[in-house]
Amino acid sequence: MSTTTTSESRSRGKAPAGERVADWADGRLGIYSLAKANMRKIFPDHWSFMLGEICLYSFIIIILTGVYLTLFFHPSMNEVEYHGSYVPLQGQLMSEAFASTLDISFDVRGGLLIRQIHHWAAIIFLAGMFVHMMRVFFTGAFRKPREINWLFGFLLFVLGMFTGFTGYSLPDDLLSGTGVRFTQGAILSVPIVGTYISFFLFGGEFPGTDFVARFYSIHILLLPGIMLGLVVGHLILVFYHKHTQFAGPGKSNKNVVGMPLLPVYMAKAGGFFFLVFGLIAALAGIASVNPIWVLGPYRPDQVSTGAQPDWYMGFAEGLVRAMPGWEIDFWGHTLVLGVFVPLVLFGLFLGVIALYPFIESWITGDKREHHILDRPRNAPTRTAFGVAWVTGYMIMLIGGGNDIIATHFHLSINAVTWFVRIGFFAGPILAFIITKRICLGLQRRDRDKVLHGRETGTIKRLPHGEFIEVHEPLSQEALHTLTAHEQYKPAEIGPTVDENGVERKVKGSEKLRAKLSDAYFGEDAQIPKPTVEDYKEITSGHGHH
Amino acid sequence: MSSQDIPEEKLPAERASAPGAVDVADEKNPFADPGLPPHEHRIQDVDERAAKRSERTVALLFTVSMLATVAFIAAFVAIPVDKAVYVWPLGHISALNLALGLTLGLALFCIGAGAVHWARTLMSDVEIADERHPIEASPEVRAKVHADFRQGAKESALGRRKLIRNTMFGALTLVPLSGVVLLRDLGPLPEEKLRHTLWKRGKLLVNMNTNEPLRPSDVAVGSLTFAKPEGLEEHDHDFQNEIAKAALMIVRLQPGDIKDKRELEWSHEGIVAYSKICTHVGCPISLYEQQTHHVLCPCHQSTFDLSDGARVIFGPAGHALPQLRIGVNDEGYLEALGDFEEPVGPAFWERG
Amino acid sequence: MKKLSARRRHPLAAVVVLLLALAATGVLYTALAPTGKAQADETAQSLAIDEGKKLYAVGCASCHGTGGQGTSDGPSLVGVGAAAVDFQVGTGRMPAATSQGAQVPRKKVIYSQAEIDQLAAYIASLGAGPNIPTKEQYGTEGADIAEGGELFRTNCAQCHNFTGKGGALTRGKYAPTLEDVDPKHIYEAMQTGPQNMPSFPDTTLSEQNKKDIIAYLEAVNSSDTESPGGLELGGLGPVSEGLFGWIFGLGGLIAVAVWVAARTAKAKKS
Repeated sequence: MSTTTTSESRSRGKAPAGERVADWADGRLGIYSLAKANMRKIFPDHWSFMLGEICLYSFIIIILTGVYLTLFFHPSMNEVEYHGSYVPLQGQLMSEAFASTLDISFDVRGGLLIRQIHHWAAIIFLAGMFVHMMRVFFTGAFRKPREINWLFGFLLFVLGMFTGFTGYSLPDDLLSGTGVRFTQGAILSVPIVGTYISFFLFGGEFPGTDFVARFYSIHILLLPGIMLGLVVGHLILVFYHKHTQFAGPGKSNKNVVGMPLLPVYMAKAGGFFFLVFGLIAALAGIASVNPIWVLGPYRPDQVSTGAQPDWYMGFAEGLVRAMPGWEIDFWGHTLVLGVFVPLVLFGLFLGVIALYPFIESWITGDKREHHILDRPRNAPTRTAFGVAWVTGYMIMLIGGGNDIIATHFHLSINAVTWFVRIGFFAGPILAFIITKRICLGLQRRDRDKVLHGRETGTIKRLPHGEFIEVHEPLSQEALHTLTAHEQYKPAEIGPTVDENGVERKVKGSEKLRAKLSDAYFGEDAQIPKPTVEDYKEITSGHGHH
Repeated sequence: MSSQDIPEEKLPAERASAPGAVDVADEKNPFADPGLPPHEHRIQDVDERAAKRSERTVALLFTVSMLATVAFIAAFVAIPVDKAVYVWPLGHISALNLALGLTLGLALFCIGAGAVHWARTLMSDVEIADERHPIEASPEVRAKVHADFRQGAKESALGRRKLIRNTMFGALTLVPLSGVVLLRDLGPLPEEKLRHTLWKRGKLLVNMNTNEPLRPSDVAVGSLTFAKPEGLEEHDHDFQNEIAKAALMIVRLQPGDIKDKRELEWSHEGIVAYSKICTHVGCPISLYEQQTHHVLCPCHQSTFDLSDGARVIFGPAGHALPQLRIGVNDEGYLEALGDFEEPVGPAFWERG
Repeated sequence: MKKLSARRRHPLAAVVVLLLALAATGVLYTALAPTGKAQADETAQSLAIDEGKKLYAVGCASCHGTGGQGTSDGPSLVGVGAAAVDFQVGTGRMPAATSQGAQVPRKKVIYSQAEIDQLAAYIASLGAGPNIPTKEQYGTEGADIAEGGELFRTNCAQCHNFTGKGGALTRGKYAPTLEDVDPKHIYEAMQTGPQNMPSFPDTTLSEQNKKDIIAYLEAVNSSDTESPGGLELGGLGPVSEGLFGWIFGLGGLIAVAVWVAARTAKAKKS
């Protein structure tokens, strides 16, 4: 081809410019050895493996648009009288933060679009992280060697929540101000140090004149800085571990099957960034988000009904709404359980999912690396636990919007709250039981499919008049895929008497583990996958079922 | 019992199969990995016309992106920032925002769509298997690192010279304290600040709406009025902090409807004044139902009964709304007869 | 006062008032006041009261009592005033289908404005209460929208939401949406405090205050209100934004991801 000939003709004297630049860089950065391992790095194709990319790209979009917003936003609570172009607020007293946000929305060309991209991207970033985390959870991708990366991801989710919170609080509007007031009330509930933390955070009494400036540096520097570090670490580990893959022909725990980074994933992943950005930009063009001008400036004596945080804080909001008003006075002190318990529960509930990989690896005692993903049905207890967790989360999300639900479904707000209170305990249990049954049912179906073949839908009449449905044996690919998963045996408590006949004390943790292991891998917890013997017996025995 | 104690045989056996190896589905193992399926060609791989069509589609997408960027710039220049248009079903919206959003969205999306279409149809789609290597270092490397570390530790003499070690740890532990101390001036200490509001004996109750002091005759049964202490103006520097504690909600009940004895005593002709700040986490509670005398907090649905000492009847609030004792001065205006007797707003550790 | 006493001396008015007062409540003094305030021609007024009484007997008396004194199914209407009638009947809340249920909803109006006026005249004759506001009172001329916004956020938003989209109250009750509610009815609601809504009488929320609030509502919650950012999503704040973001934002992105990761169509084997 023509390009080849030109490069050949040039190479007589000098290498092409690109190569020379690369050589120059390699001499200083050692990029060749880096590229050797990574340029043709293999990534498997599956839509669910792109959820993380959605998060990464929305994070980048948030940073880009956020930098733009800082050019116009004034993080100050100085009081000003508004004389901008939004008529229904003209002449009103408000903080400079609010006024500058109005200016971004109404007077800076494209400012509204960038604000909306920033906010929509934040909502999608958190939603993406949630779904990505669930994908990793339900497929068991958190197992060795990826536990640390799971924690990185979890931290990103939590930090994302607080970055979002400090971000939407910055405009100092009536809705977010109400949220900040709630935060301050929650801080006050902390025993012993609550009032001090509150006074230090707000520079005195609420609301004071400091919190916007302080939240600003937390929102644009501290938290995103940490997150950026975690994102880089997360990505390095993804590269280092190589991506997981689903079981299938040719795919094993010792390889990764897919397309190379250069060129396919360069184009696909690079293109996906533009797809994500484009979709969010279009969304910001057609749908309004956080229209602070209708909310008005914050005043601690004003409020609106339907006061909710952004969705990712809705779970915490639900916990607070559902909690009964317990308060204990003793020895001149008050223990504000009505607020403090939800605060603690919030941490615990999230903490459980963060530590789950370690709990599971303790139960299985499995120290090997896992690169083949589980199908959720093949880990019924884990799946059931995950669904129970999500159910609890969702019920509290409903609780956070109980007033909107009450008005839109014509229900009593008290009834909705009671539903949430009971549902928080009953829902996860029910979800656990149902999910486990569904998983076992699906396992059974897989087993039948392997042993008896696929139902073809073709009805055949046998010579003696009986009608049967023809079952078609599965291909070897399908047989392999359906039987590729591993099944653990429940761990038993080892011999209680050692070799010298001395009775050994069985520790409580050991008993607990044996119990949990039985719950995970006992007879009721998994359907034995078909063995070669099973298969042979049936196929050689009587042809069809 | 550490987890290493689980005997190996309890763990499921790993399937051994070389990457890309094709095991024949023999009598021995019908479930064996058959290996990667053979690559199937796409239409574009076998039909140059289809490939050409793909190429044209990609180029078209990139061209549309360029046009969209031009349109973005044109919209930015041409459309006034305050121009509104009606677009079904979006409503009356900013023309500029819609135009910029859609053109930018299109410009970006088309680049992405072009790149992906290019990758999907024209770049090789042969699946490649890459080997994985265990992450754990080999025993030799492991031994070498451990030995190096021991050597280094020994050379530093950290374990032997305890004095150095202990003083170093001491210094390192103490030095962050300067940072902690520096945070002290983030704010004043709470002291008694949460216990006092602007209200005191003789302060008139000023109507929030009209900025006039209230007379008992202004407040009708079934009405709802919000008040602030006399002398507090919106322009005041500390208005936000003071109103956050002093905001008042005034309703008038039939004296016969008041169930709580103290509430009746602190009222004036059935007019009762309660703190507007919820005792849960401090939202301005004021969803007053004049028939039930219940007042609901819009944030977390704590419900208080204003006819019964504002006690909590539902929701997460832990104690009743503080009541302000009121009376009438010589000129016939409603006045406070003191500050709230308990801290207003959310409970805290020192509240007692 | 002079005007009032002059009216009171009118022979016809006295007769009408006396008759009605006797028939209805027997509270003479309260009955005198509304007719005293009435601006219309007394003859027409008394006719209206008569017509109103007939309408009342058919449509309202079963719950509110034959003389408006109230029963266990409906409150007394003595002293609620014409404004309350105009609001309740003019928004279709009255006549209510049932006295059960958390609250009486807004419905299709079944009376003509003329009939409503007659009913209002009759109820007003039972006892003094707020009059139906005039156009000057609820019109937006001379109103300060921004001031109205502040007043709205202080007095109304806690139940009706930032821009009057409505919200939940206790036990199934709710503050209704204010979108496209006749300014006159908004004015009357503030004055009379229908159902569980507290009233905001002129003594605490001046006429000018009410005007400002109505002007603000017209600016932020009418069918012509601008939503510069695009789809308003019901104006409900983060709940609807979150749902929209999940369904259309993340949902859309996942749909795109499925396309990106999907296998390209293979050539048919020939």
